[in-house]
Amino acid sequence: MRLHKLEKWWLILGVSALIMFLVVLGFGAFYMGTHPQSHGLTIDPNNIEANEAFQKENLGLTKVDTDHYIVNVVASAFNYDLGVDEDGNSVNHIKIPKGASVLFQVVTTDVIHGFNIAGTNVNMMVEPGYVSSMEVQMNKVGEFTLLCNEYCGVGHHMMFTTVEVYE
Amino acid sequence: MALANLLTFEEISTDPIKITKKDSKLYLSFIYVAIISLFLGGLMGLLQVLVRTGEFTLPFGIGYYQILTFHGVVLALVLTTFFIIGFQFALMGKTVGISEKQRKSAWLAFWVMTIGTSLTAVTILIGKANVLYTFYAPLKAHPLFYIGLALVVVGTWIAAIVNWRQLFVWKKQNSNQNSPLLAFMVTINMIMWVIASLGVAVAVLVQFIPWSLGYAETINVLLSRTLFWYFGHPLVYFWLLPAYMAWYAIIPKIIGGKLFSDSLARLSFILFLFFSIPVGFHHQLTEPGIDPTWKFIQVVLTFMVIIPSLMTAFSMFATFEITGRKKGYLGLFSWFKNLPWHDVRFFAPFVGMLAFIPGGIGGIINASHQMNTLVHNTIWVTGHFHLTVATTVLLTFFGIAYWLIPHLTGRKLTRKIHRLGIYQTVVWAIGMTIMSGAMHIQGLLGGPRRSSYSEYGGSEQAVEWGAYQMAQAVGGTILFIGILLMVYIFIHLAFIAPEGKEEFPIAEIEDYAPITPKWMENWKLWIGITIALILFAYTIPVIDIIQNSPPGSPPFDAIIGN
Ligand SMILES: [Cu+2]
Repeated sequence: MRLHKLEKWWLILGVSALIMFLVVLGFGAFYMGTHPQSHGLTIDPNNIEANEAFQKENLGLTKVDTDHYIVNVVASAFNYDLGVDEDGNSVNHIKIPKGASVLFQVVTTDVIHGFNIAGTNVNMMVEPGYVSSMEVQMNKVGEFTLLCNEYCGVGHHMMFTTVEVYE
Repeated sequence: MALANLLTFEEISTDPIKITKKDSKLYLSFIYVAIISLFLGGLMGLLQVLVRTGEFTLPFGIGYYQILTFHGVVLALVLTTFFIIGFQFALMGKTVGISEKQRKSAWLAFWVMTIGTSLTAVTILIGKANVLYTFYAPLKAHPLFYIGLALVVVGTWIAAIVNWRQLFVWKKQNSNQNSPLLAFMVTINMIMWVIASLGVAVAVLVQFIPWSLGYAETINVLLSRTLFWYFGHPLVYFWLLPAYMAWYAIIPKIIGGKLFSDSLARLSFILFLFFSIPVGFHHQLTEPGIDPTWKFIQVVLTFMVIIPSLMTAFSMFATFEITGRKKGYLGLFSWFKNLPWHDVRFFAPFVGMLAFIPGGIGGIINASHQMNTLVHNTIWVTGHFHLTVATTVLLTFFGIAYWLIPHLTGRKLTRKIHRLGIYQTVVWAIGMTIMSGAMHIQGLLGGPRRSSYSEYGGSEQAVEWGAYQMAQAVGGTILFIGILLMVYIFIHLAFIAPEGKEEFPIAEIEDYAPITPKWMENWKLWIGITIALILFAYTIPVIDIIQNSPPGSPPFDAIIGN
C-alpha cells in the first residue's frame, strides 16, 4: 500500500509523539513506581474483622511514626466508618499535619463505592472482597471533602466526610 | 498504472442500487426509535441538570437516579444502537443490496431489539432498576432489566448476521471485485461489535440473570466488571465508526470532491478492529484487584487507536484541500474558507469533527496510567463523553439524517429546514461548549460524576462546584432547545416536507488514489489477529481474577430505592 508523502510525515510525527508519551508513562510506572492502586489483597466482605486493620478499635486515623499515619475506613451505603472518638461519637472529620505520609486502607461491606478526597490524588474504587489502599503525602493545606464518587444507591450523594490538612 | 486505475474506478462506480419502499420502511423504523429516544433521554438530561442546581426538585416522587439510569440507557444504548443499525442497513442496501429473505431477518432484529428496549425501559420507569447504565454488581435490578438488555444485544447480532450475509451474496456475484467501501466498513464494525458484546452477553446470561432470579447466591463482582468493560470501550468505537463511515465516504461527495484513498480508509478500519477491544482495563485503572502490569499493557494498546484516528484526520483535511484546490481556491487557506459552510449536511458533521479534537485529547488523559487517578469518576469524564459521543457522533448522525430521511421518505430538504438545521448545529455547539466546559473544570476540581445535588455538609469545595453546576444547567437547557429543534426537523423531514428527491451521497474514489490491494479483504486474518490480541491482553489477568477471587457478593436491591 502506497502512502502519500505528507501523510507519511504526519504519521511519523504522530506515532513518535505517541511513543514518547508512552515512555513517559512507563517510566513513571515502572521506574518511579507510581502505579494506580492495584494490590490484589482480598478480604471476606462478610467478615472484614478477620483483618486486624478493620476491627472497630483500629478504624480511623492512627499515628504510627513521626509524619506517618494510617487511615482505616469501612465504607457502606451510605457512610464512611472512621471509628469513634473518646466520647463514643462516630468520627466524621480527621486532621492530618501537612507533609505527613498517609496510608489509606478502605474496604466495603456491601456494594462498590468510590473513595476520593476531592482536590487531591487520593482516588480509589472500593470493591467488595478487596482491600483498596494507597499511600500519599498530604502537601496541600486546607479542608477537603472525602466523598463517594461511584454510584452506590439512593443516598450516594450524601456519603462524605471531611479531611483537614493543617500547617 | 493510469489505465489500471481507470479500470478499478469503473468497476467500483457500478450503478448504485435503488432503495425500494419496503426497504425504506425497514431503515426508517430503526431511525424512528432513535428519535423517540433522543427526545425522552434528552428530557431526562434536562431534568438532571436542573436538579443539580439545587433549585429544583423532581415531582411525583421520581428519583434522581431513576432519570439518570433512563438517560444513560436510552441515549447511550438505545438511541445510538438503533440509529447505527438503521444507518448501516441503509448503507448495505445501497451498496450491495438486500434480498427479500434478508429484509425479513432484519425485521426480526428490529422487533427483538424493540421488545428488549421496552422491557428494560419499563423496569426503569417503575423504579425497579435504578442501577445506571453500567449496572455494576452487586447492585441488583429487576431480572427483566437484564433480560431486556440481553434481547437488545441478541437483536444486534441478528442484524450483524444479515449484514454479513448481504456482503457474502454480493461477493459471490462479483467475485473479482473489492467489496464496496461502505459495505466493508459496516462489516468491520459489526465484527468488532459482535466480538465485543460477547463479553457483556456472558456477564448478563451467566452471571446477572441467574443471580438476580435467585438461582445463584453470589456474583463475582470484579469478573463482571471486567466483562462489562471488555465490551464497554469497544462500545464507544461502535458509536464512532459509523460517524467515520460518513466522514470518509459521504462527506467528500457532499463537498463536491472525491474520497482521498480507499485503501487508507480500509486500513484505518482494520486497525480500529484490532485495537478497539483489548483495552477495557483503562476503565478499571483505579480498581484494587487487577495487576498493574496488565493495566499498563492495556494502556499501551489503548493508545494504538490514536494511529487510525490520525489517519482519519489526515484523510479528512486532504479531501477538503484537494476539493478546494480543484475548484480553483489556490491560496494557502482559501480552500478552507470556501468549504460549503452553508450546507448543513457538511456543517453539522464538521462541527462534530472539531469537537473531536478536545474530545480525543481528553480521552488520552483518561486512559493514561497515572493521570487517570486525578479524573477517574469525576464529572470531567461526563464532560469528555458529552464531547465525543454527544457531539462528534451525534452531530454526524444529525448530518446524516438531513439527507437520509428525505431520501427514504421521498421528500425534499427545504431551504427553511436547511437553515433551521444550521441554527440547530450552532445551538448544539454553544450548549455543549458551556455544559461540557463546566463539567471538565468541575471535574478537575474534584466534583464527582453521577451524583445528585449535595452540599456535602456545606463544604467550601461544594460551594465552588455549585457555580459550575449552574453553568451546566444553562448549557443543558440550551442543548434541550437543540433537541426540540432536531425533533421538529425529524418530524418535518419524515412526514411534512414536500415530495421530491434527495440524493444518497456516496463519494467516488480519487482518480490517482492508490489501488486497493486484494489482501485488505482477508477477513480470516483480521479476525484472527483481533482474537490473538484479545487473548494476549485478557487471558492471564482473567485467570488471575478467577483464581484469586474473594467470596462472591449477594444481591443488594434495597439501597437503590427498590
Ligand atoms: Cu456512592
